[in-house]
Amino acid sequence: MQTMFHTLHAFMLHTKSITYLLVGGLLIGFLLFWFFLTGRDDEDPQA
Amino acid sequence: MAGGHFSRGTFQWRPFHVIVGLIFLAGLIVTVLRFTGGLGTVTNLDDNNPWGLWIGFDLLCGVALAAGGYVTSAACYIFGLKRYHTAVRPAILTAFLGYALVVLALHYDVGRFWRLPYPIFVSQGTTSVLFEVGLCVFLYLTVLFLEFSPAALEWLGWKKVRALVVKLTLVLTIFGVILSTLHQSSLGALYLIAPSKLHPLWYSGYLPVYFFVSSIFAGMSMVIFESSLSHRFLHRKMDERHIRESHDVAFGFGKAASFLMISYLGIKLVGLAMDNTWQYLASSWGGWFLLELIGFVALPAFLFAVAVRDRNLKLLRFSAVLSVLGLILNRFNISLIAFNWHLPAAERYFPSWMEIVLSIFIVTLGVAAYRFACIRMPILYDHPDYS
Amino acid sequence: MSISRRNFLSWMGAGGACALSATRSGASPVQEFPGYAESYAVLHDSTKCIGCRSCEQACNQVNALPKPEKPFDDLSVLAEKRRTSAGAYTVVNRFFDASGQTVRYVKTQCNHCLEPACVSACFVKALQKDPSGAVRYDASLCVGCRYCMIACPFEIPAYEYDEPLTPRVMKCTLCRPRIIEGKLPGCVQGCPTRALSFGKRQELIAKARQRIWEHPDHYQDHIYGEQEMGGTNWLYLSAVPFSRIGMREDLGTTSAPELTSGALAAVPMVAGLWPVLLAGLYAISRRKDALARSEQKNAVAETVNRAQEETEAKLAALREKMTREKEAAISYEVKKALDEAAKQAEAGEEAEPDGSGTKSSKEDT
Repeated sequence: MQTMFHTLHAFMLHTKSITYLLVGGLLIGFLLFWFFLTGRDDEDPQA
Repeated sequence: MAGGHFSRGTFQWRPFHVIVGLIFLAGLIVTVLRFTGGLGTVTNLDDNNPWGLWIGFDLLCGVALAAGGYVTSAACYIFGLKRYHTAVRPAILTAFLGYALVVLALHYDVGRFWRLPYPIFVSQGTTSVLFEVGLCVFLYLTVLFLEFSPAALEWLGWKKVRALVVKLTLVLTIFGVILSTLHQSSLGALYLIAPSKLHPLWYSGYLPVYFFVSSIFAGMSMVIFESSLSHRFLHRKMDERHIRESHDVAFGFGKAASFLMISYLGIKLVGLAMDNTWQYLASSWGGWFLLELIGFVALPAFLFAVAVRDRNLKLLRFSAVLSVLGLILNRFNISLIAFNWHLPAAERYFPSWMEIVLSIFIVTLGVAAYRFACIRMPILYDHPDYS
Repeated sequence: MSISRRNFLSWMGAGGACALSATRSGASPVQEFPGYAESYAVLHDSTKCIGCRSCEQACNQVNALPKPEKPFDDLSVLAEKRRTSAGAYTVVNRFFDASGQTVRYVKTQCNHCLEPACVSACFVKALQKDPSGAVRYDASLCVGCRYCMIACPFEIPAYEYDEPLTPRVMKCTLCRPRIIEGKLPGCVQGCPTRALSFGKRQELIAKARQRIWEHPDHYQDHIYGEQEMGGTNWLYLSAVPFSRIGMREDLGTTSAPELTSGALAAVPMVAGLWPVLLAGLYAISRRKDALARSEQKNAVAETVNRAQEETEAKLAALREKMTREKEAAISYEVKKALDEAAKQAEAGEEAEPDGSGTKSSKEDT
């Protein structure tokens, strides 16, 4: 990050905005990965 | 509310309807005054006290008391406690109505209500705790709408859409718990920015944790309280399974709430230790603080425990009411009573009667909507087509 | 720092992710933020203030604010302590010494913090810190939530409570439009006693230090606003402790963004870890259910098996018993036949043992 931040607030505005977008993406990613992870689970894992 | 209702087309005026009608009328008057004369006409808010009853009660208490929704659905669908299944729908309905009314109340409180979507869609002030609250409440209201929709869809008979939504149950539940964790705690975090205004006994770095934890046991207490109301006034709408299981649910939640409240007491003390604010306990503020903690947390926790041990339903319900009152007292303390404690008495805030009327109006609206839904939709009974 | 760090730690403790506590995720691990070096400021030497309210009047005119009830030359308003309001961006207050003899005045307005609480609290970026030093307000974004008023430690922002639909937050603008044009802020220009001086913040701090150094008996050895709440663009000098002229000395030096950074830093951790935790709990409860189900199934199967085995055993026993009985019957018949044959053989010596009895018993089997 080469942007110059004069204030802590400006820095936080920048980083939090990115973080919120990142977290939104992560949540969707988690969901998709969970489906991938459990895609071949049998209905009854004990059977 | 003597159980009188619509009787086959002919509508009869009963005390319940008269009271509700009067409250609605009063609410309407305040609404007109608010949107023609501004906040100054109807509220006692001023430049030193920008947040009053509508934030302290409608928002803070409304959101915390609607926590039963995520707590119950998590207990049932995530923790796999199947006996809570019959409690899920009433709790989700309460939560959905609760949040919808919170958002409605905000329309009165903010200056330009049509800009309420601005933080999410127009200009994102991500450094603000309030942004986090707004985003989560917006998303959670959507989640609650979806979680509640199967009941309405069963009522409407839209089987295909219902089947689709039911498939999402687990995802919605998990998403709901995440969002609730975040915004319940963030409501407490709102006050982190004002250490100079909130009394040191209540101000703590742990405020977000306190708000989150207290929302859980308040939500449970609210489920117990509501089920007792349902038993009294909507008994004819409950099927056998709901009647049979509701007591188990109440005692289960009573037990959980009791233990959690003891832990909450513990972490409240840790807060005092961390900030070394013990000396304030000796002041009159300390007495008030201890009243909140002992009278409205420790006492209901103990009574819950006794009620669970003796399987005493009456005592359980009493403790639930006490615990709900305790939560309201806590939120009032943080947002109104211990906030601006440094100001002289003349500059302190006390709500106007119109603010109180509007809050009562909002609560009545919620009760009426709850009753409307319970009478028509499969909330307190299983729909025969889907059981 | 200690507060935000503690908040953050406490949060992480609650979230169970203590490993992250080593970094100041809320703020920045390495960067320091110098603020806008060239920002403008005002130094208010309260010892020179005579409480004439000229600054109030100038402010009112420059900002085209509504005419007050009492004219600005009416000093009776000083009898009560006032605060800023939607109609007055700045007010002068009067304080008496303990003796009641000496009178002190101090001017109040937005302090234009270096790290403003209101800016940090605004969820639509309607409030912004400007490189000029001013904290700007944009009414076209404001929702009117009034969180900025909750957040401000100096109790400055005011609100148009009587506007039904378009209320604005009202506060001093540092006369940004004027200073960009090279003019002085209204109040500074209006001050007849030079109690207000305008300039670059760094220079004004130096100037204030010099005054304190030159007149150590006259001034408190403190520049209010140099460090308070992370520092402000409005600086004050006083002859008496600042708390005696109505200014809070307990605000500390922690800036507002630091106060909330810990809680904000916990948000992505909750969002990142909760799904795994909850899905895990779900998987555990489901597996338990599945185990219980299969155990039940096994138990049922075993019961069925055992029942079957028992039946079979019983059947076998029965069969055996029957066989035994039949064998007994056969041997009895055989014996009987033999006996008869022997008798016949004894009786008559025709010797024709055809064994008809034996045959018939064999057919029975």
